[in-house]
Amino acid sequence: MTIVIVDYGAGNVLNVAKAIEYTGMSVKISKDPADIASADGLVVPGVGAFAKAMDQLKAAELVEPIKDYAKSGRPLLGICLGMQLLFDSSTEFGETEGLGLIPGQVVALPQQKNYKVPQMGWNKNEVRLENPLAKTIDDKYTYFVHSYYVVTDKKYIAATVPYGQIAVPSIVVNKNVIGVQFHPEKSGLDGLSLWQSFQEMVVSV
Amino acid sequence: MGLAKRIIPALDIKNGQVVKGISFDQIRAVGDPVALAKRYQEMGADELVFLDITATIEGRATMKSVVDQVSKEIFIPLTVGGGIRSLDEMTSLIQAGADKIFLNSAAVKNPGLVTAGAQVFGAQAMVGAIDAKWDSVNGFYRVYIAGGTKPTALDAIKWAQELVRAGAGELLVTSIDADGQKKGYDLRLYQQLTAAVDVPIIASGGAGTTKDFVDVFADGSVDAALAASVFHYNQIAIPDLKRSLKEEQVEVRL
Repeated sequence: MTIVIVDYGAGNVLNVAKAIEYTGMSVKISKDPADIASADGLVVPGVGAFAKAMDQLKAAELVEPIKDYAKSGRPLLGICLGMQLLFDSSTEFGETEGLGLIPGQVVALPQQKNYKVPQMGWNKNEVRLENPLAKTIDDKYTYFVHSYYVVTDKKYIAATVPYGQIAVPSIVVNKNVIGVQFHPEKSGLDGLSLWQSFQEMVVSV
Repeated sequence: MGLAKRIIPALDIKNGQVVKGISFDQIRAVGDPVALAKRYQEMGADELVFLDITATIEGRATMKSVVDQVSKEIFIPLTVGGGIRSLDEMTSLIQAGADKIFLNSAAVKNPGLVTAGAQVFGAQAMVGAIDAKWDSVNGFYRVYIAGGTKPTALDAIKWAQELVRAGAGELLVTSIDADGQKKGYDLRLYQQLTAAVDVPIIASGGAGTTKDFVDVFADGSVDAALAASVFHYNQIAIPDLKRSLKEEQVEVRL
């Protein structure tokens, strides 16, 4: 069983790999479409800007391999910007098309009094849909760093965190495609539980 | 509803070992960074700050290896700094596993370094560190560099605003007057800072009791509180501290 982390030039891929290894899975950081096609579990990481990340994925010719992988039914986990890339489009720096694996849009966190942008720190999750990954962080705090969030139908929103007047989707699910807005690799022992749950998903497919 | 207030143990590292400087001078060894960091993660620390107080080139290389070792076993944000002077040094620490880099003296000498770091790693990865001491003659908080030993002409509040403009996504502000005294955080300093800038503020220096943490979150309005010796010598246990904070209506991660 091998988890492949898509390597397209986004930062801090190594910390994701360290968390996956710590929970006992073997991991490969790769930009080879053949590795993506044969992965048992795929992780799309991401830090930075949506448009630049999509450009990097396109330049590395990884858009189609990721979409094909998603169709296979095997587990795919997007983290932070990697979660946002799963959606149809983002309004960050004009309108940019995403991977289109979950219907919805990425928009900026609005200015609210006493709520800084980016949201940076620990926020408490509330589970909205039954899901094994969401279950691990129900009523728990996880670590967020983001300035944009996803707007999508509630049937895809497995968990949220409150940020001022907004219920920010923290876990989204569309069948085998899952996105987490927080950083499970930086969310302490509860984050490690989520990785264990992802491992169970990978094994059970 | 929003974010939990963060509790951050600081580990001073010299030649790969954790030591604690008291009032920036006397130094005592207290242990292995990986073991200590792991203990803090289990106790519920929200983040860890590593201050490299090594002066030698060999010690610098050791720091990178410390960050690599810690990030293999500890999965909370790691902020690293101390003596960093170049983008290359920042890059090598981030590649080793640091999530954020703090700059202190080097930012005073060259604010462009903060901007360069923010462009490459994002503002969220750049922490502006300030050591401030009240100047009672002139009535302002003066910025000190070189580990709190060298006064500058800078006003700490204006310098904080400058650092944010340069690209710092967070500020780590130590009161030299309060540091090592265990008589509480310098609340006036943090009131002035939180009124002046919009990024998260980490308060540092002066923690002695649980009440000091309650006060700095309530009256200082800071986002995070950093301490070292009260945690290292187990004078305050983080789980007890967090329960007390929660009882005082401070939102914390339990």
